[in-house]
Amino acid sequence: MDVVSQLQRQFLDFTTSLYREGFLDDQFVQLQKLQDESNPEFVIEVVSLFFEDSEKLLNNLSTALQQHIVDYKQVDALVHQFKGSSSSIGAQRVKNVCVSFRNYCEEKNVEGCFRCLQQVKHEYHLVKSRLDALFKLEQQILAAGGSVPMIA
Amino acid sequence: MARDGVFSRWRRTEKFEGMSGLSPSDCHDVHVLAVDDSLVDRKVIERLLKITSCKVTAVDSGRRALQFLGLDEEKSPVGFDGLKVDLIITDYCMPGMTGYELLKKIKGSSTFREVPVVIMSSENVLARIDSCLEEGAEDFIVKPVKLSDVKRLKDYMFGEDPIQGEGKGVNKRKLREACEISSSPSSSPPSISSSSPLSSQSLSSSPSPRSSSPSSPSSLDSPTRRLKMTNCDT
Repeated sequence: MDVVSQLQRQFLDFTTSLYREGFLDDQFVQLQKLQDESNPEFVIEVVSLFFEDSEKLLNNLSTALQQHIVDYKQVDALVHQFKGSSSSIGAQRVKNVCVSFRNYCEEKNVEGCFRCLQQVKHEYHLVKSRLDALFKLEQQILAAGGSVPMIA
Repeated sequence: MARDGVFSRWRRTEKFEGMSGLSPSDCHDVHVLAVDDSLVDRKVIERLLKITSCKVTAVDSGRRALQFLGLDEEKSPVGFDGLKVDLIITDYCMPGMTGYELLKKIKGSSTFREVPVVIMSSENVLARIDSCLEEGAEDFIVKPVKLSDVKRLKDYMFGEDPIQGEGKGVNKRKLREACEISSSPSSSPPSISSSSPLSSQSLSSSPSPRSSSPSSPSSLDSPTRRLKMTNCDT
């Protein structure tokens, strides 16, 4: 198997596992549909925006939960944002934690909120490292002169 | 944003029609004002609209949307270059002015009340949907927004042209008749198939059922059906 085929195989296997393990859902497939020759970097661009946005949200969440008197409305608003953006790019596991997180906000359960914050940070970093790896594989395929296989 | 009048744009896109490989559901010259406080969502909606051949202006708040339309009471209309807005699509949950409040302001304006407004929301709440539709929203899309949502919207909204521009209306109808495959037929009144330029008259007399009846019975694509088909993750 030549280099390109190997890389393509790797890419396909990796992508499949991301969907299977629930890191990504159908919305990520939807984003791929929006990428074409006129906009070849679209997915990376959106995901990069998501990363930037997420770092800020996570910082703000940490700060908000460390307040002496927690403003649950504010925390909820931040989690709502995070839920929205993760949903928009198909980061399913992050989104799911956000759903639980919002429930704890409603209950004003500070411990529950803290646990969710840890969880959402964890899930975010997991998906981030996987997406970084995915994009790297894409670059390697392109650099080797191949094309990136599409998953329907 | 092009400053061409409607007529010259119409001719130019007619010329490109065969060359650009646009799908039949594409309509040209539709200018959409997209409102969303989320940067990620703005980028996605912008791309979704552009890929369906709409011109897009994306703003991050209801306030900026009103400014763009020249409806902000605190500022005099500035730089509104006469490029008309054919559709406003807005997020519901936004800090400051919600999409619902923006909807009310638009429907309260004599200049813009005829412009269709579509609400997007990640929350699948029936009461919210009902109140938006009652306030005159054309449709309600549950996020995350997909390409099929935008295509569906364009098909039933701009397949005919109930709002303005007889020239545009004729062109779009002819395109649809020539290329029509499967977009929702229920939204086009029978009189259109005779394709007389004057049938923009009949369009304005056949009111869109969607804004008054949330459970629009006709098609699979009605807002409430779409909602039922969405996964319930909230």
